[in-house]
Amino acid sequence: MLDCRIPRYKVLRDADECIHCNLCVRECANEVHYLSKKTGALKADSMKCVNCQRCTVLCPARALAIGNWPQVDCGSAAWNLPTMADIATQSQTGGVLLASMGNPKPYHIYWEHLLLNASQVTNPSIDPLREPMETRVLLGSRPAHLRVNERARTLAEPLPPQLKLDVPILFAAMSFGSVSLNTQKALALAARELGTYFNCGEGGLHRDLEPFGEHAIVQVASGRFGVDPYYLNAGAAIEIKIGQGAKPGIGGHLPGEKINAEVSRTRMIPEGTDAISPAPHHDIYSIEDLRQLVFSLKEATGYRKPVAVKVAAVHNVAAIASGMARAGADIIVIDGFRGGTGAAPKRIRDNVGIPIELALAAVDERLRQEGIRSTVSLVASGTIRNSADVVRAVALGADAVSIGSAALVAMGCHQCGDCSSGRCNWGIATQRPDLTARLNPDQAAERVVNLVRGWNREIQEMMGGMGINAIDSLRGNRLMLRGVGLNEKELEILGVKYAGE
Amino acid sequence: MNHPDPSPSNTGGIPNRTPGHACAHRGASSRPHIASRRNTGQHPRAPREGDVRIPSGCAIAAIMDRSGKRHDGSDILRSIALMHDRSNGLGGGFAAYGIYPEYASLYAFHIMYEHDQARRETEAYLDTFFMSEKQERIPTQPVASIKNPPDIWRYFAAPHPMRLAASGLDEAEYAMEHVFHINSAIDGAFVASSGKNMGVFKGVGYPEDIGEFYRITDYAGWAWTAHGRFPTNTPGWWGGAHPFTLLNWSVVHNGEISSYDANRRYVEQFGYDCTLQTDTEVITYLVDLLARRHGLSQELAAHIMTAPSWEAIDAMDPRDAAFETALRATYGSALVNGPFSIIVGSEEGLLALNDRLKLRALMAAEKGSMVYLASEQAAIEVVCPDAERMRAVGGGEPFVVQLDSVAKAKATAAGQVNEPRNAPLRHEVGVLPDRHLLRKEA
Repeated sequence: MLDCRIPRYKVLRDADECIHCNLCVRECANEVHYLSKKTGALKADSMKCVNCQRCTVLCPARALAIGNWPQVDCGSAAWNLPTMADIATQSQTGGVLLASMGNPKPYHIYWEHLLLNASQVTNPSIDPLREPMETRVLLGSRPAHLRVNERARTLAEPLPPQLKLDVPILFAAMSFGSVSLNTQKALALAARELGTYFNCGEGGLHRDLEPFGEHAIVQVASGRFGVDPYYLNAGAAIEIKIGQGAKPGIGGHLPGEKINAEVSRTRMIPEGTDAISPAPHHDIYSIEDLRQLVFSLKEATGYRKPVAVKVAAVHNVAAIASGMARAGADIIVIDGFRGGTGAAPKRIRDNVGIPIELALAAVDERLRQEGIRSTVSLVASGTIRNSADVVRAVALGADAVSIGSAALVAMGCHQCGDCSSGRCNWGIATQRPDLTARLNPDQAAERVVNLVRGWNREIQEMMGGMGINAIDSLRGNRLMLRGVGLNEKELEILGVKYAGE
Repeated sequence: MNHPDPSPSNTGGIPNRTPGHACAHRGASSRPHIASRRNTGQHPRAPREGDVRIPSGCAIAAIMDRSGKRHDGSDILRSIALMHDRSNGLGGGFAAYGIYPEYASLYAFHIMYEHDQARRETEAYLDTFFMSEKQERIPTQPVASIKNPPDIWRYFAAPHPMRLAASGLDEAEYAMEHVFHINSAIDGAFVASSGKNMGVFKGVGYPEDIGEFYRITDYAGWAWTAHGRFPTNTPGWWGGAHPFTLLNWSVVHNGEISSYDANRRYVEQFGYDCTLQTDTEVITYLVDLLARRHGLSQELAAHIMTAPSWEAIDAMDPRDAAFETALRATYGSALVNGPFSIIVGSEEGLLALNDRLKLRALMAAEKGSMVYLASEQAAIEVVCPDAERMRAVGGGEPFVVQLDSVAKAKATAAGQVNEPRNAPLRHEVGVLPDRHLLRKEA
């Protein structure tokens, strides 16, 4: 059958600069760069290039760049090249198109339509270099009011268990299998250094990561891989994963080829078998079933660990989140439709779910209308790209945010979106030993720590500018936001005024 | 849209009140019931307090006799007058405690009316839900600088016993709900104060002129607080002046809090309706929520609003740290941030509080059983030149002055666990869908 696909990218090699060191040949797991068998010349097969930028970053002579394939489309806005390419692929394979990372389509990124406030004249801004500036966050459920004996300074009832974050940023769930063990190790090291938490995802907790249990959130997903009482008690908290922003309504499928000995032991499944996470939890067909799972997990851990429930941002997310709070979830995690993934059906990734900004605002507002916002914690994720996004998310109502893609980018990921191939040249989304060896956990952790520390300083600067010295006072403080380029309905849902109002 | 039917209903419930939580439906971008109520004039004009959020600077002062002996308003008038330059003639007022001993068991409603229709509606409403012992115009005298004052009345009233019993609310909650209703639903009426044996006298003008207008030297109270306001914009109406009150609480405040919207959205969960968009309003609701509803002491309520830093908590012994951590975890959204100094009056006495960083001035001094508080030291010395123990109120350190009788009773009381009194929210116990929402959809 004729292959009707054309390359997406064109490898541009500057012949004057190239020193023929052949590093690019050795580094490219996609086998784009090769030496011609006939002439020995250094060539490139652009068809195989995924634009991971490994070669451009490493080329010692700066002789490489990746450009767009120069082919023009037919001139139709509807039948553009990516649309044609998808049809070409699908008509040759008859399969479901796979994709990775977050939704790349040019939907509104609401973060970029929300501007922050600063103090002028009527109240002073606060200088974080001179005054305390608190970014610590506690996550967990709490009573609507405390019963205390004031004279003895004691609580009549103990506070439910809380996670203590020194920065308002968690690492999002990424399972061993979808990412390499070195990636998880880097996140665990960074979480310990920063005073926050990483999330082992649904692939179980590798024994090398057990020493990081105090900084781990262990996940219970529909496949229940790696779940036993020891696992549940190994982390600081448990997360029930109902859905993921990149693929709401969809389970997971880790092909048998990726189930090597280590993955097999951690997931507690035979080597070489496919790891299939069903689309729903087959013991949760309704909200009352969720309550039973939440309390089963609390029973299994002696009520010493907060239980989080993660859902994808979908149309009715506000009511769903309210139900989750009433079902006993201590922490509600909402993942927006631009959230990343190791692999998802492309049509699902690009078309299902709603933006995190609107979902977060709607959930926070609904929980407040119900009078239960203060009794649960709320975590938002799905394209938190910088410190200003964190500030916006907190002002819209989040207690903290999770970052996945941003942490991976800090480690080297270039968002090529080819994770599902298992050939990640950066050693992140792969289990190939020669590739995973490229990621040094200590160095990767240092980069992630630097990133989050930098963000936290910026968050402190922005809070100080607003005259706020504790992040508690930023949470849900939507007056600190103003909209630009938004219509009235969007402003209403976000609960913000227009700039100038 | 918000004109209620003042005719008696068959239950003790509150007809047509926009529930506090419904305020959240409207989002931060619009406040239709206020806008429509106050923007009905034919001519375009500057927005009023409540339509927009108006930052203010201020002068505040308070004088209290711990022994409970009463003194007239002349000292507080002189004290606040000295700080003339800290206000700009767009708001002043006084709160006085112990001024109505002959009606001490009754609610004293001070109500301002913009027109006679408002008074007729309000009185019909009050007659339905309260039994009025006495009602009269509050005596005033003309002052050259006070232009076009509203018609100001006071009512000494007790809740209608059958309606109170049928409402399922306690007396304070019942009174508060009806005050909210009058303020949000009766066009042209505003309840300036609604406590017992206390009253608020406030309006648009310099505080010394407002005091003269209300003849506050004719009253004798055991505690007085005063406020002179420097709003950046004209509040446009008398209700926007301070002190702000709720039941026995009165609050005078200097500053602009940066946590306003976080605090507002927190208290709205408990049914409070922040219609004025002022810091003072939301601080009053926080104090009411923590101290009256949740049953915490005023000191602990103030401590929660200016919580110790995590750095300080981390240095505490584990028992104290656990206590403080629980307070911060539960009441994080009640933390008040940004510059403020406040004086809260109540039947117990006075509570003064500065923000954690001490970004606003507030001085305290004593002389015998007298306690003085003011934004400036000179404002204390002008009325008590030999005041003792003159000092600045520390950042985040609640300064509590209690009547001797209250302090004695508290000292001998056993240490007990507080019992919160949470009124059910209307959406939890309602029988029919909210009528406002139904109308809106139709």
